[in-house]
Amino acid sequence: MTDTSTRPETAGTASSSTPLLEIKGLKIGFKTQAGYVDAVRGVDLTIRQGESLAIVGESGSGKSTTATSIIDLLPGTGEVTGGQILFEGKDLTKVSASEMQAIRGRDIGYVPQDPMSNLNPVWSIGFQVEEAIRANGVATGKQAVRQRAVDVLKEAGLNDAGDRLKQFPHQFSGGMRQRVLIGIGLSSRPKLLIADEPTSALDVTVQRRILDHLETLTRDYGTSVLFITHDLGLAAERAEKLVVMYKGRVVESGPSQEILANPQHPYTQRLVAAAPSLASQRIQSSIAPTHSHGLAISDEGADDAELIARARQREEAGKKDSEYISVTNLSKVYKIRQGGFKTTDLRAVDDVSFSIPRGTTMALVGESGSGKSTVAKLVLQLESITSGTVSVDGQSVGALKGRDLFDFRRRVQPVFQDPYGSLDPMYSVGNTIAEPLVTHGIGDRSSRQARVRELLDQVSLPASTVNRYPNELSGGQRQRIAVARALALKPDVIVLDEAVSALDVLVQGQILDLLTDLQTELGLTYLFITHDLAVVRLIADNVSVMQKGRVVEAGTTDDIFANPAQQYTRELLEAIPGANFEFGR
Amino acid sequence: MLWYTGRRLLQLIPVFFGATFLIYFMVFALPGDPVAALFGDKTPSPAVIEAIRAEYNLDQPFIVQYLLYIGGLFTGDLGTTFSGRPVVDELIRAFPITFRLAMLALLFEAVAGIVVGLIAGLRKGKLFDTSALVVSLLLISVPTFVIGFLLQYVFGIQLGLFRTTVSSQAPWDELVLPAIVLASVSFAYIVRLTRASVSENSSADFVRTASAKGLTRGRVVTVHILRNSLVPVVTYLGVDIGSLMVGAIVTEGIFNIQGVGGTVYRAITLGEGPTVVSFVAVMVIIFMIANLLVDLLYALLDPRIRYAK
Amino acid sequence: MPSNDSSALSADHFVADLDETPVKAVDAIDESEKPRSSWNDAWDAMKRRPTFWIAAFLIVVVIVVALFPGLFTSVSPTAADLPRSNEGPSAGHLLGFTFQGTDVFARIVWGTRASLTVGLIATIIVTVVGIVIGSLAGFYGGWLDAVVSRIGDIFFAIPTVLGAIVLMSILPTRTPLTVALVLSVFAWPQIARVMRGSVLSARAADYVTASAALGVSRFRILVRHVVPNAITPVIVVATVSLGTFIVAEATLSFLGIGLPPSTMSWGNDINAARNSLRVAPMPLFWPAAALSVTVLSFLLMGDVVRDALDPKARARR
Repeated sequence: MTDTSTRPETAGTASSSTPLLEIKGLKIGFKTQAGYVDAVRGVDLTIRQGESLAIVGESGSGKSTTATSIIDLLPGTGEVTGGQILFEGKDLTKVSASEMQAIRGRDIGYVPQDPMSNLNPVWSIGFQVEEAIRANGVATGKQAVRQRAVDVLKEAGLNDAGDRLKQFPHQFSGGMRQRVLIGIGLSSRPKLLIADEPTSALDVTVQRRILDHLETLTRDYGTSVLFITHDLGLAAERAEKLVVMYKGRVVESGPSQEILANPQHPYTQRLVAAAPSLASQRIQSSIAPTHSHGLAISDEGADDAELIARARQREEAGKKDSEYISVTNLSKVYKIRQGGFKTTDLRAVDDVSFSIPRGTTMALVGESGSGKSTVAKLVLQLESITSGTVSVDGQSVGALKGRDLFDFRRRVQPVFQDPYGSLDPMYSVGNTIAEPLVTHGIGDRSSRQARVRELLDQVSLPASTVNRYPNELSGGQRQRIAVARALALKPDVIVLDEAVSALDVLVQGQILDLLTDLQTELGLTYLFITHDLAVVRLIADNVSVMQKGRVVEAGTTDDIFANPAQQYTRELLEAIPGANFEFGR
Repeated sequence: MLWYTGRRLLQLIPVFFGATFLIYFMVFALPGDPVAALFGDKTPSPAVIEAIRAEYNLDQPFIVQYLLYIGGLFTGDLGTTFSGRPVVDELIRAFPITFRLAMLALLFEAVAGIVVGLIAGLRKGKLFDTSALVVSLLLISVPTFVIGFLLQYVFGIQLGLFRTTVSSQAPWDELVLPAIVLASVSFAYIVRLTRASVSENSSADFVRTASAKGLTRGRVVTVHILRNSLVPVVTYLGVDIGSLMVGAIVTEGIFNIQGVGGTVYRAITLGEGPTVVSFVAVMVIIFMIANLLVDLLYALLDPRIRYAK
Repeated sequence: MPSNDSSALSADHFVADLDETPVKAVDAIDESEKPRSSWNDAWDAMKRRPTFWIAAFLIVVVIVVALFPGLFTSVSPTAADLPRSNEGPSAGHLLGFTFQGTDVFARIVWGTRASLTVGLIATIIVTVVGIVIGSLAGFYGGWLDAVVSRIGDIFFAIPTVLGAIVLMSILPTRTPLTVALVLSVFAWPQIARVMRGSVLSARAADYVTASAALGVSRFRILVRHVVPNAITPVIVVATVSLGTFIVAEATLSFLGIGLPPSTMSWGNDINAARNSLRVAPMPLFWPAAALSVTVLSFLLMGDVVRDALDPKARARR
C-alpha cells in the first residue's frame, strides 16, 4: 500500500488495490477508577470497496470500541494508544478535528444500536434529518433540504413522509426509528457505513426486514459495511468477511463461510458450537434420568407384585402428568386510562390454552406485546386471572388465597431476565438463596446454611460465593444464583421469563446446559418464555407461538421447525439470523 | 398542549385552597387568642382590636372566617395594614419594585449560571470546573443576608461604587447590586444543576449520534447538549421563585428597598402580624402561579410531556 | 457439520497464535478477592477523595465544639466589658469584641450548640417523616399516594422560610426545638418526594417480584428490600438539608423571629452586629464565617456521598 495521497477520492474512482479501510495494530485504552484498562490490544482488519465485514464478539471483546474509534467517538475516558486507522490511505488517528468532522457523516456513516436513546427526544425527526443533510452538504437552501429529508424518509420506507417530519421520536415505533437512523446514516451516500448492532434492540421479525432494507440500500449505493454484532449467524448471513474478537484481540478472521465451516481457533470453535441460530437439536442432559413422573425408574431389587404395582402407578401418573400444567381459555384484561376519564380494555392474554407434560419444557414464543410474559405472571399468580383456568398438578390456582396460595408458591418459582435486577444488591448471595427457606420457615439456621451450600453446588458455584454480593458477580453467575434461589423450596415447576436473553452466547450455553441437567436430575417442569426461536430449538420439547395475546400455533419443537403451518410462525423462523446459512459451501 | 394546561390548572385548585387554608389555620386556629398572637408583645388600643376582630370576622365559626377571607381575596380586599392603609394599595405600589428586582436577579442567575455551568460541565475535572464548584459551594454556604452585608460593605462603604441603600423610586441601575445579592445562591444552584446535566448529556447516546452525523462541535454542544440540559434547570427555576421571595425580604431589608419584601421585612421587625399574614398569602399565590407558568414552559421544552396522555 | 481440517484454509483466513490469545474458562469466579458489598465499594470510593476527609474533619470539629465548648475557650461569652466595645483582636481575645463588649471568639464557640441543634433536630424530623411517608406513598400507591401527594403539594406550595416566618410570628415561645419543628413543618415534602420517586423505581425491580413470588408479605418486601435500596438519594438530600437548615435558622434570627436574643447563636450574633457594620465589620463576619464553614462542610460531605453512591459513576463489569 504505497498510495499516500491525502485527497479523499469519490466512490468508484479509488483504485481497487487500495483498501477502503485498513486498521493496523490498533490499541485502545480506558482510564477507569481502578486504573488503566486495555480494551483493544492490537487489532488488524481490512475492508475493500463494496465489501461487507462483520466483527463478532461477546461483551468486553472490544468490538464496539474498535468501531467507534474509527470516527473518533470513544467515550471521554478512552483514547487510541497505538496503531493506525487508514481510511483511503489517510490515518484517521492523526487528522485534525475539523477534518474528522468533514469525514463523519459524509464519507463514513454510523448506525447505532438503540434507536430510542440515539435520537434526541426534544427535536422533531425532520429537524434531526435535515441537520444531517445540511451538515454534509448534500443539499442547500431550505426547500432543497426539506425535499431531501422527505426523500430520505421515503427511502427508509416511511409513507406520508411529509407529515412524519414534524413528529417526535417517541411517536415512532422502534423499527421506524431505526429506519430513520439508517436513513440518516446513508443520507450522503457515504463510502463506509458502520452499523453497531443495528437490530439487537428490535423485535425479531422487524430485524430481518431492517437488515434486508439495509442490504438493498448499501448495495445500490456501493457502500461498504462494517457490522458489529454478537450473533454469529447474523454475521455469516450479512457479511462476506468475518473478524472474531476476544478480549481485545482478533483470534480469527477470513471469509465468513469458511470460518463457520472450518473454525480453527478454540474460541471460534466454542462460539460456533454454542450459537443457537446454527444449532440443530435440543441439548441433551449429561445425567441419566432417575425419575419419571415423580417415580423412581430403576427397578432393581423389586419382586413381581411390586413391579406390577409400579407399572400401574406409572400408567396413572403418566395420564395425570401429561397435563401437569394445564392452561385453559386463559384471559387477562387490563384497564388502561385514556386521556380524561375514559378507560379502555387491553386484552393482554386472549383465550390461551396449552398443557405441559411433567418433566418437559414448554416454550412460549412471541415478540413484544404478545402476552407471553403476562401468561408467566398468571401462572405464578403474581397477577389475577380475568377468566379461564390455570391448573398445576390438577389443582386450579386461580382461586387460591391465603395459606393455600402461600403453600402453592413453593411449587412454582420464577427466574427472570435481568441478571442485574433479579438479586437485591444489599443482600449477600447466601441471604438471597436462604430467603425462600426463611420465609417458609424451613429448618433452622445451620440446616439452612447447609442447604444453601448444597444449592450452590447444584448450580456449579464454589461454596465461598455465599458471602459475596451481586455487584461482584457477572451476569451468568447472577443467573445461577437466581436459579439456586428458585430451587431452594424444591419446586416442581420453574417459570423462566427470558432467563438467558441478556447473556453472552457462551454463558447462555452454560446456563442452558445447567438447566437441562437440573431438569433431568430433579424432574422439573419448565415454562420457558422467550422471543428467540433459536434458543427454543436448544431447550424446548414443545412450543406455543403467541401473537397479540393469542396462541397462533402449537406443537412439538421438531414439528414447528420442520413444518410451520402459520404465516406468522414461518416469519419468525425466517427471521432467525443465519437460518438461511448453509454449512460447507 | 391545551389538555396539559387544563390539567395543571385543575391540579392547582386544591393546592390553592389547601395552602391558603393552611396559612389561615396557622394564624387563627391554633390555640390562643389570635389577636394577641398577631401583635406579639404589643398591646394595641381597644379600638384597633375591635377593628381587627371585625375585619377578620373572628366572631364567626372558623370555616366561615376562612371563606370570607378567600372571598375577600378574590374581590381584592386583603385587609388593612397596621397604619390603616389597605393592603391592596401597598401591594400595588410595592409590587413593581420587587418585580424589577426579581427580574434582574433571574436574568443574572439564569444567564451567568447556565453559561458557567455549561463550561464547567464540558470541562469536567479541569481547573474551571473545580473553581466553579468551589465558588458555588461557598455561595450556598453563606446566607444571603451575609452576602448582602458583605457586598454592601465592600462595594458600598469601602469602594463607594454603589449606593448602600436604594431610593424610594428604585430605578434599574440602583437595583443592580441588590439583584446580584439576591441571585447569588440561586446562581450557585443553577451552576451545579447545569453542570451535572451537561456532564450527563455529554455522554448520552444521542449526542454521539449527532457527532457521527458530521455536525460541528459547536452545534452539538448548543443544539443537543445544552438544549437538553435546560429542562432540569427550568424545573428548578419554579422552586427557585420561592427562595427568591424569601431572599427578597432579606435583601430589600438590607438595602432598604421599598418593595414587597421590604414591607414584609418592616412588618416582621415591627411585629405587625396581620400585614405579614396578608403579604405572605399573596406571595404564596404568586409562587403557585409562577410554578404553573414554569410547568407550561417545561412542557414546551420537552415534547414527551406535551403528548403524554 | 463444521470440519476442523486445516489444510482447506484459504489465504485470507487468519488464525491468531494460541499463546497470545489464551482462552479462559467461561465465567469463572475470582476467588482471590474479599467479598465486597456495594456499601464497601462506596466506602472505598469515598476514602480515596481528600474532600471526604476535609469535610469529615470539619464536621467532627463542629460537633465537638458544640458538645464541649468549655474545652475551646475559658472566656465567658456573656461577660460584657463595655469600655472595650468593638475593639480589635488582642491577647487572650483572638477575634476582638462585639458592640456589647463580649468576646467574639467565645460567643462563636458557645453559639455552636444552638445553631447545630436546630439543624440536627430539623433534619432528623424531616428525614424520618419523609422516609415513612414517601415509602408508603410510593410503594402502596393508589388513594394513599394521591392523598399524601396532594397534602405534600400544599405544604410544598409554601416556601419553607416564608411559612416559618408566619408560624414564628404566632408562636409565643421560641426555643431551638420550636424553631426546628417550625422549619420541619414546611420542609418535609421535599424529602418525601425524593423518597417516593426512589421507591417507585426500586419497586419495579425484579428482585421485588421474585420475593413476591416466594410469598414474602408486601410490608416485609417494603421494609427489607425496597427501602434499603431506595434510601441512598435521601441520605444525600438529608446531608445537604442539614446545612440549609442552619442557614435558615440564621435567616430567621436575622429577621428577629428566630431564636430569642438571649440564646447564643451565630444568627443572633450576626444580627446584633449589623448596626455597627460601618465602623466594625468583623464582629459580623466572624460568626458568619463560622456558619459558612460549618454549612460548607455538610455540603461537601453531601457531594462526596452522592458521588460515591451514584450507580452510574461506579464502573460495572
